[in-house]
Amino acid sequence: MSGNIDILHEQGRGKSFSDEIRILCGVNISTCLQCRTCASVCPFYEAMGHAPHTLFRKIQYGLRQDVLTSSAIWICVGCNTCASQCPAGIDIVAVMDVLRQLALETNMPIPEEDILNFHREVLHSIERYGRTHKLEIMLRYKIKSGHLLADLDTGMIMLAKRKLDLRPSRVHAVNEIKRLFKKTWQET
Amino acid sequence: MTDRAASDMIDFSYFPGCSMATTSKECSLSLIQACKYLGLNLIELDDWNCCGSSSAHCLDIQLGFELSVRNLTLAPANRPLVVMCPSCFRNLRQAKHHLAASRKLQESVARRYDNLVAGKLDIIHFLSVVGQMDMEKLQEKAVWSLHKIKIAPYYGCMLAGPPPFKPQQGDSFCIERMLEAFGARIVLWPNIRWCCGTFLTASKPDVARDAVNQIMESAVASGADCLVTACAMCQINLEMRCTLEKKIPVLHFSEILAIAMGADEEQWNTWFRYHLVDPRPLFAKLEAAS
Ligand code: SF4
Ligand code: SF4
Repeated sequence: MSGNIDILHEQGRGKSFSDEIRILCGVNISTCLQCRTCASVCPFYEAMGHAPHTLFRKIQYGLRQDVLTSSAIWICVGCNTCASQCPAGIDIVAVMDVLRQLALETNMPIPEEDILNFHREVLHSIERYGRTHKLEIMLRYKIKSGHLLADLDTGMIMLAKRKLDLRPSRVHAVNEIKRLFKKTWQET
Repeated sequence: MTDRAASDMIDFSYFPGCSMATTSKECSLSLIQACKYLGLNLIELDDWNCCGSSSAHCLDIQLGFELSVRNLTLAPANRPLVVMCPSCFRNLRQAKHHLAASRKLQESVARRYDNLVAGKLDIIHFLSVVGQMDMEKLQEKAVWSLHKIKIAPYYGCMLAGPPPFKPQQGDSFCIERMLEAFGARIVLWPNIRWCCGTFLTASKPDVARDAVNQIMESAVASGADCLVTACAMCQINLEMRCTLEKKIPVLHFSEILAIAMGADEEQWNTWFRYHLVDPRPLFAKLEAAS
């Protein structure tokens, strides 16, 4: 991790990594105080490995690859626990959204395949029906992720309790929804 | 007990969201019942679509925006849009915020949907609707007293907005105020806004389990008989992912509200059927409110 060199390198390019983020979502991470409030309140700090303050420091150092291939940006659930306490008022969740986009757009290896697959299945369902069909999402996700038998009992209880409908609830104007997907998301 | 329904109804547009329509039917049913007592007429948005949940903004910010915006364009401008699911609320409110801030987006929406008002819509979570009510009036209208039940109020995280959104007056204490009006005993406990793990329940169940167990453990340790939550996703995660031996039921805010205001046993038993941890014993010996 040769941070200093990267800072110079980024400055030399005219547009730093943090500039790029500011342009994409309007959030200026250079106001981060490194106070670690986010780290102390984040419920998933341990699983994420990096709290926002570490990511932001790395962004300031221009460590693009490091940040965009981190598990943290995928495990973060966007709960805003950090952002609602951040003394610098940084919209941390908006930055996380942008970091995931950049990771996908630049073909970075994604360390959290399962999370990515799950999100893809949710979007797939919305594209098809306009709403989420939870049973189908779970089945397709499980097939794709290879965890077909994991968690089977939870699924059975959900079915028995009639929490998972066999048929999807649908939007009538589903073509309108499909158009929104054409405009933006392309399933890869 | 429909005779207890209020006579003057106030109209609201209503966005149910996928959870209300599927995994949390009891939340939706009890909400409808509670609104009858409160005099709120919820008019469901015609042909609403999924707001994108967490997945749209995680993978494609623009798609998340577009999915939410379509819903906003379905709502007439002359009445507020009520949302029950905190996650949908967050997405819809965020989309409105972006729309209101950009002439370009407004023009694009106006052109495509022939709608000029989506960025001005008043969007409100059901909890805030109740929070703005006169609690003394609620107390007067109560049919059942909850004084025998010890409750841990649980907001979940999704009602906390990102920095541009400040918490609204009264929101942060609304569940407690309502429970107090109904005579319930409210316990002190630390995890009132701790995140339940949301979508990690599917893709990283171990991480969600740890979060859920921590929440449940502290609620049980506080002596509560049940939790009352404002979030259907928290409700299902807490019930489904908790691996502790000692668990207590998790009720929807709308269930406790509708019960206190006059639902009968037959009604609440239809909602409780969908629960994984049976709340029925708690309500078996309710006493009439004085
Ligand atoms: S809480 Fe805010 S200012 Fe403090 S370290 Fe985290 S992001 Fe930076
Ligand atoms: S939004 Fe992400 S980083 Fe912030 S507290 Fe929640 S999980 Fe942690």
